[in-house]
Amino acid sequence: MSPAPTRRGALAGAAALGFSIDFLGRRAFAASERELAKKRLVVVICRGGLDGLSLSPPFGDPAYAALRGAIAIPPPGADGGALDLDGTFGLHPALAATHALAVKGEARIAPAVATPDRERSHFEAQDVLESGGPVVYGTASGWLNRTLEAMGPAGKGISIGATAPLILRGRIEAATWSPGGAAARDARLPAILQDLYAHDPLLGPALASGLATSAEAGMATAAAGKDLAGAPALAPGPSVARRLGATLAAFMAADGGPQIAAASLDGFDTHANQGAASGQLANRIAYLDAFLEGLSANLGPAWADTVVLAATEFGRTARVNGASGTDHGTGSTALLLGGALKRGGIVGDWPTLAQNRLFENRDTWPALDMRSLFKGVLRDHLGLDRRALDTAVFPSSAAAAPLSGLV
Amino acid sequence: MTTTGPLAGAIALTRFGLGARAGDIAAASADPRGWLLSQIRPQGADIPLSDGQGSAERLNDFRQLQQARRQARKSGEAADAIKAALKTARAQAGADFLARARLGATTDAGFRERWALFFANHFTVSAVKGVTAPLIGPFEAEAIRPHVFGRFEDLLLASTQHPAMLLYLDQAQSFGPDSPLARRAQARSGKRVGLDENLAREIMELHTVGLEAGYSQADVTEFARALTGWSIGGLMESPDRAGHFVFRPFGHEPGARHIMGRTYAQGGEDQARAVLKDLAASPHTAHHLAFEIAAHFVADAPPPSLTAKLARRYAETGGDLAEVAQALVDAPEAWAPPPVKFKQPYEFMVSSWRAAGVVPDDVGKIAPALTALGQPPFSAPSPKGWSEDAAVWAAPDAIVKRMAWSEALAAAAAGQSDPMQLADNALGPRLTSAAAKAISRAETRAEGLSILLMSPEFQRR
Repeated sequence: MSPAPTRRGALAGAAALGFSIDFLGRRAFAASERELAKKRLVVVICRGGLDGLSLSPPFGDPAYAALRGAIAIPPPGADGGALDLDGTFGLHPALAATHALAVKGEARIAPAVATPDRERSHFEAQDVLESGGPVVYGTASGWLNRTLEAMGPAGKGISIGATAPLILRGRIEAATWSPGGAAARDARLPAILQDLYAHDPLLGPALASGLATSAEAGMATAAAGKDLAGAPALAPGPSVARRLGATLAAFMAADGGPQIAAASLDGFDTHANQGAASGQLANRIAYLDAFLEGLSANLGPAWADTVVLAATEFGRTARVNGASGTDHGTGSTALLLGGALKRGGIVGDWPTLAQNRLFENRDTWPALDMRSLFKGVLRDHLGLDRRALDTAVFPSSAAAAPLSGLV
Repeated sequence: MTTTGPLAGAIALTRFGLGARAGDIAAASADPRGWLLSQIRPQGADIPLSDGQGSAERLNDFRQLQQARRQARKSGEAADAIKAALKTARAQAGADFLARARLGATTDAGFRERWALFFANHFTVSAVKGVTAPLIGPFEAEAIRPHVFGRFEDLLLASTQHPAMLLYLDQAQSFGPDSPLARRAQARSGKRVGLDENLAREIMELHTVGLEAGYSQADVTEFARALTGWSIGGLMESPDRAGHFVFRPFGHEPGARHIMGRTYAQGGEDQARAVLKDLAASPHTAHHLAFEIAAHFVADAPPPSLTAKLARRYAETGGDLAEVAQALVDAPEAWAPPPVKFKQPYEFMVSSWRAAGVVPDDVGKIAPALTALGQPPFSAPSPKGWSEDAAVWAAPDAIVKRMAWSEALAAAAAGQSDPMQLADNALGPRLTSAAAKAISRAETRAEGLSILLMSPEFQRR
């Protein structure tokens, strides 16, 4: 497979000629290059506004049960109760695999994070979450793409899904992959089209990257099948999500595989009948859990070098609404997983659900800037330096200091 | 810039319309502008030929099915009948989608159809909720298509009151917390019944004024209160109510409402109607809609002068959409020769059918293909609808799958036709010499057609 004519290729060429690539804000030199090259980062975007108070129910908060009514997740031990983390917080009962990781110190929650956006619009908030800009529509590329730039020529990214999410769009051509065969029967056609696209800035790089990835996918899924053959039978449930996670794991575990991946799950906009231990939201959370399980179980030794972040554009109202659902809110929970994670309690402060601590008397208080969380992982896990983080990756974000102690 | 001749004819067919069939460009080239204007008509867009069932019938059927399912679950009976009925609901949605695809592949009035598709997307109802799937075809036929060349205010009201929208954005379950209905529910069973602000928010943000209007959370909540009582008649109600829009006065939040600086006196159903009327008349709505039309028809980031023209016509005519459509056709900005809009998967497939001269007949083949390309039928990921951003659609995986789909279509449809002739039919003067050379060098007719469909100029419009 010949390398795609991307910026990455151009940079590799530049490096070979001895040109400086420091302007990219490359990683700090202190850490060894080889160690850094092993690091993996996966960002899962939960679209629609995931209800943090259900994902990681603060059953020990005195106000929780009354605010939530019928959609409250009961305390651990009760029927359909939360899976206990620390006596105050638990995980939704559908997060069994994530909880098993948490028990090993390989999963943590940040229960009150938010982007800088306060408009409660899905589309603005997703833009800010993915672009990493300080304001909406401030930048047209995604922060993971700019992370790849900052990592220098070796960085490779991939997103799961037929379309490219903003978080990974930008100057570096990242791969995308979704299930379903795409084998071309006419062996000439790809080459003819690559010629035809030679001066097409949109289609040229996209086709080159797509062809490379579909070739890799054949190898990756074959490898995954081999590994799974000797494993115990997969539990029934959202098997599609588990397979998706397993395939992504196979991509990332491969030699020279992508260090950075993005995946999107949607369907979290639960305005009505969201349910509690079971129901609409529980089904989506089970899907998330299965995806994370498929990923963690199949990364093999690479899991020890992996961090997975699952985040959403905003949380939902602290009070149940009139339709047994919740409306658009502010603070929510981010999940952190991975063998590279440091063991610890909740990430960030818990503002509590006391009435005077609710944001605008309705939402979980945004106690932690999402960018601080992301920047902490990028600095301590991928070795990005502070200057690049404050300016290039998350523009104008110096005030949101990277969070320490995550990895 | 010229608006006559073959280049303008090709632009009319491909950018304003859904793509050219054999002979289309030649027929439109004498007067491309007139060809477009003749498609604007007061009775609205064409209605795809489906089974003729309306939304009330479909919704009542679905609800009966839900009841039967509950009973079957209680009595533990085998649920074969229910499975069959659920399959029917899915089949109805599939048939509706196929009917729309066939209309797209065969219509002589591609501009009218694109205009209708634009508004169906502007007022997105997605099949992500099971109950909405069989209602989307009827929603387009009843609420959208009849009004796309009428006043926006009427279109907005028809969309907002349609059961598909009321269900999709949870309005059917939203009741005033201080309404008699909520008080009674509370007293009888301790059950909390109240507000759901989903529809109110999306009307303001997506359907009308847009975020740039600068409304507050309080405006959204107040509008949600004004909308309470807008609901759907239940199965046990009279036939003229069951499955239709109804206003439930007992569920309406009492009192005056304050929204974006205006006060709306208590007035039952008319209260929210008055809000919708003001939203439709707002200059923010004129601008928001003008921008979206320009972004859909002309460029992801359209020339501000075009947006301004469309907004001005909207404001001057009280939101007359026939006038706005005419302003679009009249605008020189809309006729710039370079094709810059990257086709969405559905547009790509419809224009491919037209270019290849085939009419789709199996939704079981279309649906998985569209899903693979990132645009599953009737299933936009959010109320915002499908994106106008080329970067979303031109993802590497999606391009490879477009190529595979093109090959499959070409293998089935190339037949004895000359690929160079097909290219000339489909693109006219928009065909570049590079693509023409590649097509002329193709080893087989199928390869030539695949190259045409995947050429940069056919992928765009």
